[in-house]
Amino acid sequence: MTEILRVEDLEISFAGRSRGQIVKAVDRVGFTVRKGETFGVIGESGSGKSTLGRCIVCLLSPSGGRMLHFGKDPFDLPAAELRRHRRAFQIIFQDPNAALDPRMTILESVREPLDVARIGTSAERTAKALAMLDRVALSTELANRYPHEISGGQKQRANIARALVLEPTLIVCDEVVAALDVSIQADMLNLFADLQRDFDLTYVFISHDLRVVAHVSDRVAVMYFGKIVELGPADALMARPLHPYTQALLSAEPEPMPAHLRNKQRVILKGEIPSALAPPSGCRFHTRCPLAVEKCVKVEPAWRELEPGRFVACHFAGEPLPAA
Amino acid sequence: MEQATASGSEPKGPSVAAAALLSVRDLSVSFNDGERWLQTLQDVSFEVNPGEIVGIVGESGCGKSLTALSILGLLPRRGCRRSGQIVFEGRDIAALGEGGLRKIRGRRIGMIFQEPMSALDPVFTVGDQITETVRTHFPVSRSEARERAVEALAAVGIPSPRNCISMYPMSLSGGMRQRVMIAMALVCEPKLLIADEPTTALDVTIQAQIMDLLIDLAGRTGTALLFITHNLGLVAESCARMLTMYAGQVVEDGPVDEILLRPEHPYTAGLLGSLPQARHRKLKLPSIPGRVPSAKDMPPGCRFAPRCNYAQPRCEAPQVLTAHGSRHVRCCRHSELALPGAGA
Repeated sequence: MTEILRVEDLEISFAGRSRGQIVKAVDRVGFTVRKGETFGVIGESGSGKSTLGRCIVCLLSPSGGRMLHFGKDPFDLPAAELRRHRRAFQIIFQDPNAALDPRMTILESVREPLDVARIGTSAERTAKALAMLDRVALSTELANRYPHEISGGQKQRANIARALVLEPTLIVCDEVVAALDVSIQADMLNLFADLQRDFDLTYVFISHDLRVVAHVSDRVAVMYFGKIVELGPADALMARPLHPYTQALLSAEPEPMPAHLRNKQRVILKGEIPSALAPPSGCRFHTRCPLAVEKCVKVEPAWRELEPGRFVACHFAGEPLPAA
Repeated sequence: MEQATASGSEPKGPSVAAAALLSVRDLSVSFNDGERWLQTLQDVSFEVNPGEIVGIVGESGCGKSLTALSILGLLPRRGCRRSGQIVFEGRDIAALGEGGLRKIRGRRIGMIFQEPMSALDPVFTVGDQITETVRTHFPVSRSEARERAVEALAAVGIPSPRNCISMYPMSLSGGMRQRVMIAMALVCEPKLLIADEPTTALDVTIQAQIMDLLIDLAGRTGTALLFITHNLGLVAESCARMLTMYAGQVVEDGPVDEILLRPEHPYTAGLLGSLPQARHRKLKLPSIPGRVPSAKDMPPGCRFAPRCNYAQPRCEAPQVLTAHGSRHVRCCRHSELALPGAGA
């Protein structure tokens, strides 16, 4: 299978508030994404998942390591070419309002990327935008409305159409269903699946919602505090998580099941995600990890392939958690 | 007439007392949009027993938060009408004036909202805000109130409560702010705590901490909890009884485990079915077509019928909430439908 995206030792840093202070939002992260797959990224706030997503579509440049599209570094391209190249890598955000101009009709917003790219004649652009709106089940009548006149779910559909008109190869979906009610969310997830089949799309699906990520993804990466702590096929990762953080995330997710059908060992993590300005030594999870011993404070665990296709960064991966 | 509960007694855990702590009867709320009155809550009736944890579920716009605000008497004074009874500790608090309500609000009924930052005043320290709450309801000295604030912060698991009282809300994380809100709500030892989406803005691992804390504290103090959420998982794991609300009505009410296993209202079944599950990976999710109707164009009959897969001509008549055993359902077809539940 074609490798669309490769990330190697990627680092993304931001300047902190005081002089010389650096915050590493993403710290030496590596993975590949193959054509047609859905690559899930899960993590809590501050884990660096959105920063990673922005880098994948070239909205942020790495401060270390590399990010390759089809084996080439897009940041080596001249500015004009980079702009053209970026059409193939789109992103959809959580807040359906933020991406739509309140003074443009839905049709104008969906047509805008084509206008900017100067693709086809004006009539062709309108026709293409309308066809795409139809594909995401927004009627022509809705196309002439303004964002405030339609619902949140409809706005998110408009954003999907807007990302699709440039015929991208890969779409980063950053918390795209987080703001929606469950029944609308189900519709939207079904739509993403249909579009993937029809347009041969590759997704990087970022969410804090384990249930959503597990439902849509082929492989899942779990991020904690700027690092990927576990990566593996979605089924295996959900059924038998290797990293204590993944185990804690899974057990924290409330199950809508009657008491006698709930079957899990609950791990409640102590404490909160540490401050980005003072990352913990050794394993970054040691401050909250129920398994942590002295080694974890001192030595950063290596990224290793514990089983074929299953990667984890933990000294004790695979060992069962002590009973909660 | 409801028997008044003895106000001095301290029920522990779910009480067997016949008298409900809170009994909401035929609560209706209408808003004026400038032209006409639009009914947004219709005949909402339910009870909360002392020490009981009751969940209210439903999508946005179903009237969950409005129900909470109505109980607390926090509806806007203009352009809003409320009818029905809200019997709390044997007294109809819907009939009370603002002065009477102030003695109950924050004292006998506590509340926690979704976004702690908007409920905390950014220009006062955490200590000032909790102390103010205490001094409003109890005749205690400033230093005594401060001690109670420190105790309350310690009870909600804030690591160094004496430092925390001199901090401003902005310097706390989301999880810590919500702990402060819980401390503030529980410092007056209310009999009922209304929590409106208390963990929605939090990460799952923090959500688990906060839910554990809430349930533990409620259990220890005998406080009943009315828990409003869109998250069925949280209801399953924390509540004994749940209500499903749809378009301003209670459509189902009963013990959580029974409803999850065998929902009787198609809307509850629809909500359960549309949740993504790892074991159904990549399969099409059953969704509920359409949207919650707005108060402007409410269907005259069953409000869910236009979105319901089981609708029949007789669903065009208004539905009543009927009781059988411990369960209530607002669906004329409930006895003939075998709706899929959780784990289906």
